Amino acid sequence: MTNMTRARQFFVGLVACLAMAAHADITIDIVGPGGNQLPIAIANFVGEAGLKDALTPIVRNDLDHSGRFKLVDPSGATLPADGPPPDLGSWKGRGADSLAIGDVRIGADNNYDVRLRLYDTVTLKLITGVQIHTATSDMRQAAHQVADVIYEALTGERGIFETKIAFVVKKGSKYELQVADADGFNAQEVFGSREPIMSPTWAPDGHRIAYVSFEQQKPIVVVQDVYTGSRNIVANFKGSNSGPTFAPNGHTMAVTLSIDGISQIYVLDGGSKRRLMQTPAIDTEANFSPDGGQIAFTSDRGGSPQIYLVPATGGNAQRLTFEGSYNVTPRFSPDGKMLAYIRRDGGSFNVATFDMTTRQTMVLTEGPGDESPTFAPNGKMILYATQVGGRGVLATVSSDGRVHQRLSTQGDVREPAWGPFPNQLPMSRLSSNP
Amino acid sequence: MKLTLARNLIGLSAVAMLAACATKEQPAAPVTNNAPAQPPVTTKAPEPVKAAIDPLNDPNSALAKRSVYFDFDKYDIRDDQRATVDAHGKYLAGRGDRSVRIEGNADERGSREYNLALGQKRAEAVKKALEVLGAKEGQLEATSNGKEKPKATGHDEASWAENRRDDIVYKGL
Repeated sequence: MTNMTRARQFFVGLVACLAMAAHADITIDIVGPGGNQLPIAIANFVGEAGLKDALTPIVRNDLDHSGRFKLVDPSGATLPADGPPPDLGSWKGRGADSLAIGDVRIGADNNYDVRLRLYDTVTLKLITGVQIHTATSDMRQAAHQVADVIYEALTGERGIFETKIAFVVKKGSKYELQVADADGFNAQEVFGSREPIMSPTWAPDGHRIAYVSFEQQKPIVVVQDVYTGSRNIVANFKGSNSGPTFAPNGHTMAVTLSIDGISQIYVLDGGSKRRLMQTPAIDTEANFSPDGGQIAFTSDRGGSPQIYLVPATGGNAQRLTFEGSYNVTPRFSPDGKMLAYIRRDGGSFNVATFDMTTRQTMVLTEGPGDESPTFAPNGKMILYATQVGGRGVLATVSSDGRVHQRLSTQGDVREPAWGPFPNQLPMSRLSSNP
Repeated sequence: MKLTLARNLIGLSAVAMLAACATKEQPAAPVTNNAPAQPPVTTKAPEPVKAAIDPLNDPNSALAKRSVYFDFDKYDIRDDQRATVDAHGKYLAGRGDRSVRIEGNADERGSREYNLALGQKRAEAVKKALEVLGAKEGQLEATSNGKEKPKATGHDEASWAENRRDDIVYKGL
């Protein structure tokens, strides 16, 4: 099934919510300076008048809000991607080290072809050129993909503009699980309830989300396909069911159950349930390592909540955190080399990282009420929940702590979860000569 | 409006309704006739004048208190909360048709999942105490709301103390 068909199903399934979510609920403010910014000019894409979503502003916003680029004013230049623009060198004079030009045309099957060419204004050479094939309803994704191509070409890192984020919004007495583009736009309601929702977490396939729902007046774990809308209750044992997380294989899950009289971690596989450890204390917040071999978790077996590591098959757990009396919510980075977590220092709850090799910790945020850290799939940014003026908001911090951004939101937002890299729209390389 | 009702809620409502219709012999019931020679009546609708009030509905009964409070970082039952726990334990021991969900809560500080587990620990403490008093495992379910359903929404010790609490919720009422 192509992304187009999946996106169409998603659209159909949530058509009532789309009308309400048509405008952006979340915008991004950048707080604090970034490192060296790469100066780039992005010309207006030719042919985007009349499209449901114009490409150029999305590409510009993505690169601008990453904090890694300085956008140079293209002064209204609209340049087709047919070939090298005249006066490429003059763009260097305007302060841009690179120039992006592009266009949108109707393709053979009445869908659209988006072309991008990215030039180096110093060497006057083509850095990269691509053609992306898309349907109208996917134009946002095509724009994000263009931004990702530019980002990767100039930084060497994979971009995250095409990815999705999930989060919970509390609006009065109603709770909504929403999924939005990584830029915060295009938020769609996936599930709504008068009872609390917590702990959303993505399956590796980027289609399913597991979460905790109180719809039966107690916490149970549900897995929902955000494109088809189908829901399965995967844990409704006696007592509380929470803390869901997927193993990298996409079907094994770990959850926290109180079925044996105290909160413990269980591994669910097919129809089977296996208690991971026999601890006479709380074990919770399981998180699989990217290779699936280990599980990081929170336990207060030592008298205070700390982070531990255990083989996914069970066995002896090893304590990781030794500073302070409250270290919780461990989340592996995509390369497995680091954990993001929450630590309490003098009453303030802050986002921190733990280096799995050196065992060193670094505090990244100032709190006082930071929660739920989640890594971008390129490992470069951490999204988390915090409060401003008594209201829940989302924020990001780069994994080295240098770039901070806040997402302005409506309502009381909490519990973010960053989705995996999606399948890209079909894309082919363009040569230097058209 | 709730979209679904838990199956167990529907089932237990039916049981509760049947229980209300049957007259039970209570040796210490305050309102009863004085003819011990009569055979016990087991399946007859209660006569309005002589029917015993279910103490669960009596605002003056100790059972009217449905919340049990805990100190900071503590998960055992405080002395001043024992009377409430005892009342419900004895009631449940005598009414096998009644069942409860003990919902634990935690104050707002810290991780949602860890607070869910702390609330669970509080709920398990009351559940165990009720079992010691004679309630059966099948009548009791301990669950947690963590910090998701605070009763007091301030950011001070008074609010936090209010939220370190178990609620005893009778199913099917």
